[in-house]
Amino acid sequence: MYVGLVVLGAIAVMALGPYEGIDPATLVLLIILMVVAETIGTTIDTGRAGISPSVSVSLAAIVLVGPVGVAVATFFSTPFILRRQNFVKRLFNGGQYALAGYAAGHVYLALGGELGPPQHDDFPWALVPFCAALLVHSAINGALMGGLMWYLGVVHLRRPHRIRWRTLATLELASLGYGMLGLFIAAIWGVVGALAILLVMLPLFIARWAFDQCVAEQRAHEATLATLCQAVETKDYYTRGHCMRVAKASAMIAQELGMHAERVQTIRYAGMLHDVGKLGVPTKVLQKPGKLTEEEYAAIQLHPMRGYEIVREIGFLDEALAGIMHHHERMDGRGYPMGLAGHDIPEFARIISVADAFDCMTSTRSYRKARSIEEAIDELRRGAGPQFDPTMVDALIAAVDEQGWESPDIVEPPTDDDTAEVASQDHDDPSVPLRVAGEAE
Amino acid sequence: MMTRDAQGTHPPRTAHRWGVREPVRSLVIVVAAAFSGGSLLWTLVTGFVDPRTALAFGVLIAVGELARITLPGHREVAPVASAGAIGYSFLLSIGGHAVHHSSWQVLAVVTMGFALGELPHIAAGRTPDWGDLARRVMIIVVITLPFRPYVSELAPTPQKIDWWLVLVIMAGLVLAGWLTDAVIAAAIRAEPLRGRFAVALRDELHAHFGLGMAIGSSGILIALASSVTGLAGLLVFTAPLLVTQVAFRRFAEIRLTYLQTVRALSRVTEVGGYVATGHSRRVSRLAKTIGTELGMRESELLELEYAALMHDIGQLSLRDPIANGATVYALPREQRRIAELGSAVIRETGVLDTVAELVRRQCEPCTGDGESDPPPLGSRIIKVANAIDDLVSDSTDSERVQSALERLRMDAGTEYDPEVVEAAARVIARSSERR
Repeated sequence: MYVGLVVLGAIAVMALGPYEGIDPATLVLLIILMVVAETIGTTIDTGRAGISPSVSVSLAAIVLVGPVGVAVATFFSTPFILRRQNFVKRLFNGGQYALAGYAAGHVYLALGGELGPPQHDDFPWALVPFCAALLVHSAINGALMGGLMWYLGVVHLRRPHRIRWRTLATLELASLGYGMLGLFIAAIWGVVGALAILLVMLPLFIARWAFDQCVAEQRAHEATLATLCQAVETKDYYTRGHCMRVAKASAMIAQELGMHAERVQTIRYAGMLHDVGKLGVPTKVLQKPGKLTEEEYAAIQLHPMRGYEIVREIGFLDEALAGIMHHHERMDGRGYPMGLAGHDIPEFARIISVADAFDCMTSTRSYRKARSIEEAIDELRRGAGPQFDPTMVDALIAAVDEQGWESPDIVEPPTDDDTAEVASQDHDDPSVPLRVAGEAE
Repeated sequence: MMTRDAQGTHPPRTAHRWGVREPVRSLVIVVAAAFSGGSLLWTLVTGFVDPRTALAFGVLIAVGELARITLPGHREVAPVASAGAIGYSFLLSIGGHAVHHSSWQVLAVVTMGFALGELPHIAAGRTPDWGDLARRVMIIVVITLPFRPYVSELAPTPQKIDWWLVLVIMAGLVLAGWLTDAVIAAAIRAEPLRGRFAVALRDELHAHFGLGMAIGSSGILIALASSVTGLAGLLVFTAPLLVTQVAFRRFAEIRLTYLQTVRALSRVTEVGGYVATGHSRRVSRLAKTIGTELGMRESELLELEYAALMHDIGQLSLRDPIANGATVYALPREQRRIAELGSAVIRETGVLDTVAELVRRQCEPCTGDGESDPPPLGSRIIKVANAIDDLVSDSTDSERVQSALERLRMDAGTEYDPEVVEAAARVIARSSERR
C-alpha cells in the first residue's frame, strides 16, 4: 500500500516531467553507473542498514540531467542491480530514490544551480544550491524510509537507544560525504567523461573489498575463540556450552544497562573466556564428589587468576580482563581471589558473576536436575545484596522477561565415553556451595 | 602504529647493523635521502613556483603521513600522503590556470610533507621504518621525474586536449612506480635470506595490490579534479581513499587480535599441565623460521604459525597428561590420536580447515604412511620443530641442541624430512651465532 503510493508518485513525476534538454547518452551512462554503484554498496551494521556510493551518482545526475532525469535514472536502474532482493523492495527503493532525486533536483534549480557539467569559474558558488539539494535529498530519503519502517511496524516509539543514534549519525555522515562526491563527479564529468566515475569508484570498491575482508576475519576470529573456549570445557560433560551461554547472558545484561555496542561485544568475549583458567585446576579436584580439603579449595580459588594469566596478552580485552579475574568476588567481600567488596568490584565482573550463576542453576548437573527459570531468578534475588549486585540481577531479570531464555537441552548422562567425565559439584553453583572440610555446615 | 610489533620474530634493527647486514636497505635509504636533500636544496635556491598550490599539497602530504598505518607483515604505508604526492606530480592545471612546478619542487614538497608528518611520530617515540619511508620517496621519484618535464606538452589548451593519452601515461607511470616499489621492497625483505627474492616479490605484489590501486587512482583523480574544481577538490577526492585506509587499518587490527587470541589460548595446554611452559610458542617460532628458510609464502607462514601454536590442543581431550607433555616420547598411536583430536577441534571453527589439516598430519612419517601421499610441508616442519623442542626444551646448551639434531638426522628420510632437518640446523646455527 505504502510502497504502491511511493512508486505511483515516482511514476507520476516521470510521466509529467519535461524531457527536453536531457542527453540520452548521458542518461544511459548514469543508469549503468547507478547499477554498478548499488551493486558494490557497502553494508554497515550487520546488513540491516546500508549505504552505497549510489548517492553520489544520483547527486551527480541532479547536476547533469536535472530532476526528471534523476528520477528516470534511479528508477530504471533498480531492476538490474545484482543483489538478492525481493521485487517489492526493489520497487520501493526505485520509487524512493526517484522521488528524493526529483525533489532535490527542483531545490537545486530553484536556488540557481545550472544544469550540465560545472566549469571552473562556477566554483565555489555552485556549492550553495548543491548543498541544499544534498540536504533535501537525504531528508526525503530518510523520511520515506522512516515511513516504511513505521508502516511495517519495525520501529516502535520506544525509548531511544544510544547505539541506534550513533549508527544513524554515521550513516548520515557517510551519505552526505558520498553526496558531496557527486558534485565533483559532475565536475570532472565535463573533463574526462564517464571514466571519471570509474576512477572514483575504484578506491571505494577497494574499500568495500577491504571491509569484506575485515568482516570475514572478524568472523573467523570469533569462531576460533568460541571453539577454543568450548574445547576447554569438553572435559566435563555437563558444562558443555556453559561459556557460550554465559557470554549471551552477560551481553543481555550489558545491553539492558544501555552499554555501548563495543562494550557489549567485549563483555561477550569476557563471558566466553571467564572459566578458561579452570584448566589450571586439576580435573580430580573440580570433579571431586565429597568435601574438598583446604588445599583443593585453594586450587579452585586460583582459577580466575589462571584465566587472567592466559588471556592477558590479548590486546582488545582490556576491560574484560578485570571481569575475568574478579568474576567470583562477592558484594559482601567474601569472594575470591581478592575479596573485593561492593563497587570496588569491576562492573564487568559483577555482570559475569550474575550471568554465570544464572546459567549454572538453569542447566542440569549430575547431582541435580536443572531448575526452572523462575526458581533461578528467586535464588538470584535472594543473593542480590550479599553476593550479587542488585542492579545486575534486575537487569538480567528484565532482559530475560523481554527476550526469554533458552535453557540448555537436558543432557543425557554419558554412558561410557572416556573423554567425558562427571562432576558432582560445581564451583559456580550458588545454591549448592562447595563443601569444604572443616567449615561449619 | 600499534601494530608495529605485530608479528613476532622480526630481528631488531639497530643503527650499527645497517651497513653490515642490510646493504640494499641502506642503499635505498641513502639514495632516497640524496634525492630528497638535493631537491630541497635546489628548490630553496631557485625558489618555489606557485607557492599556494605547493603549500596545499604539502599540508595534505603531511597530514597523510601523520596518519600512516601499518599493514600486516610490518608494512608501513601512508596512503593519503602517497596519493597526494602522486596528485601533485601529475598536476597540470589548477582551476584552469596551468602550473609549472618542476619535478625537483615536487620532491622538495614531498620531503617537507613527510618530514612534518613524521615529526610528531618521532617526538612520541614512534620512529618510522626508515626503509619504508625511503620507499615512499622513491616511488614518487620514479613517477615524477619522467612526467614533469613534459607537462607543457600535455597541459590543457582547452580546445585540443587528449585526456585519454594523458590518462594512459599516468596509469602507466603509476604502474611503473608500483612495480619498482615492489621490487625494492622484496629486495629489502629477502636480504637476510638469499634466494628468497621471487617469493618475497610475489608477497609484496600481493600485499600492495589493493591499496596500491586505490592510491594510484586517487592520485590521478586529485590531479584531474584540481584542474576543474581548484584546490577544493583536493579534500573531497581524498575522502574515498580515507575510507579505504580505515578499512585496511581495521583489517590489520583484527589480524593482530586474532593472532594474539590464538597465541594466548595456545597456552591453555601449558596451564593445564599438558605441555612444558612456553612449548607452543617456541615450536611456532622455530617452525616459522624454518618455513621462511624453506621459502614459504606469507599466507602459508601464517597458517603454519597458527597450526604450530595449536598443534597440541588435542591433548586437552586426554584424561591424564602424558609424561612431560612431550609427544616425541609418546607411542605413535597415541600421537596420532592427539593429532586427530586437535584437528577435530580446529575444524570446528569452520574457517581454519587448512590449519586443521596441518595439525592432523603433523605426526605422519615424511614419506607418508603407505596409503596416503606425504604430508604437507607445514606438517613436516611442525613435526621437526616439535621434536627439537621436546628434546631440547628451553635450554640453550649447544651440545644438547646438537645431539637433538643428530637424533633427528638418524631418522631423517623415514620419520623426518631431511630437507627440513637441515633447514632447522641452519636456522639454529644462525641464531646461536647471533647470540
